[in-house]
Amino acid sequence: MFAVVQFPGSNDDRDMRFALERVLGVPSRLVWHKDAALPSDAKAVLLPGGFSYGDYLRCGAMARFSPIMADVRRFADAGGRVLGTCNGFQVLCEAGLLPGALLRNRGLHFICDDVHLRVERADTPFTQRAEPGAVLRIPIKHGEGAYFAPPPLLAALEQNRQVVLRYCGPDGAVDEASNPNGSAANIAGIVNERGNVIGLMPHPEHAVEPLIGGVDGRVILGSLVDAVRGSASA
Amino acid sequence: MKATVHVKLKRDVLDPQGKAIQRACAALGYDAVRDIRQDKLFEVELDAHDETAARALLDELCQKLLANPVIEDYRVVAVEA
Repeated sequence: MFAVVQFPGSNDDRDMRFALERVLGVPSRLVWHKDAALPSDAKAVLLPGGFSYGDYLRCGAMARFSPIMADVRRFADAGGRVLGTCNGFQVLCEAGLLPGALLRNRGLHFICDDVHLRVERADTPFTQRAEPGAVLRIPIKHGEGAYFAPPPLLAALEQNRQVVLRYCGPDGAVDEASNPNGSAANIAGIVNERGNVIGLMPHPEHAVEPLIGGVDGRVILGSLVDAVRGSASA
Repeated sequence: MKATVHVKLKRDVLDPQGKAIQRACAALGYDAVRDIRQDKLFEVELDAHDETAARALLDELCQKLLANPVIEDYRVVAVEA
């Protein structure tokens, strides 16, 4: 069972469930942020996009202190797979489960657009359905998505191979022109050192049906499904 | 007690809002304005025995909530009874 955490202001929780249940065929459940514990049969935790707590103070800063986050931390510390998209990525950074921070987009604009992403690592539970170097087309929709890490941390991320997805051109070239929001080193998604927690600004759950523009999001969410099935029954 | 806490983006962090405001100044003809950074100022009312206790509490609060130490610096500007 895949647990989708619902904060006040989350708005991609049901899209995430649609992708998991209707497209990928795995059971899921919404978990309210005030719950003290994840369901005991949760095999993966998803923190969806949205505007938790109205983005007050800083994006994700309040959600970090939701009661459920203590158990999400315990789940991650025990090696459980956690995937945060967009606001979920911001929450994971604020909670210290992932390094760095997400800043206001360089151009100040809220961006809602398809972007291309180069898969830098295909050996994570979130990308194992992809070939290394594969280019995915998945939408972003955010105002605060510029990934920031101070230079020493950025160097450590590269050295530890924690950068999983980078904004790129359709041909896979990572350059300034394909950086939509001013993210450091075109970073769109990272994992923790252990590799069981990922945060990404793009929305794989919005790219699972040909009717709405593409299915590359299935690569990310499908990888997670495969990883869960590989280690236990979903 | 009343306290004022100043939280600002670290110098090496880009502040696009400040940049946009600076450009607006230039557009209005205020060429003398060379740079603007937009920060946060918190006015806090709190119960504390003395200024030392208040500052200790505010320091803890900044580290946990008011500031994100990855991108922001903070300073307790004033504490008054």
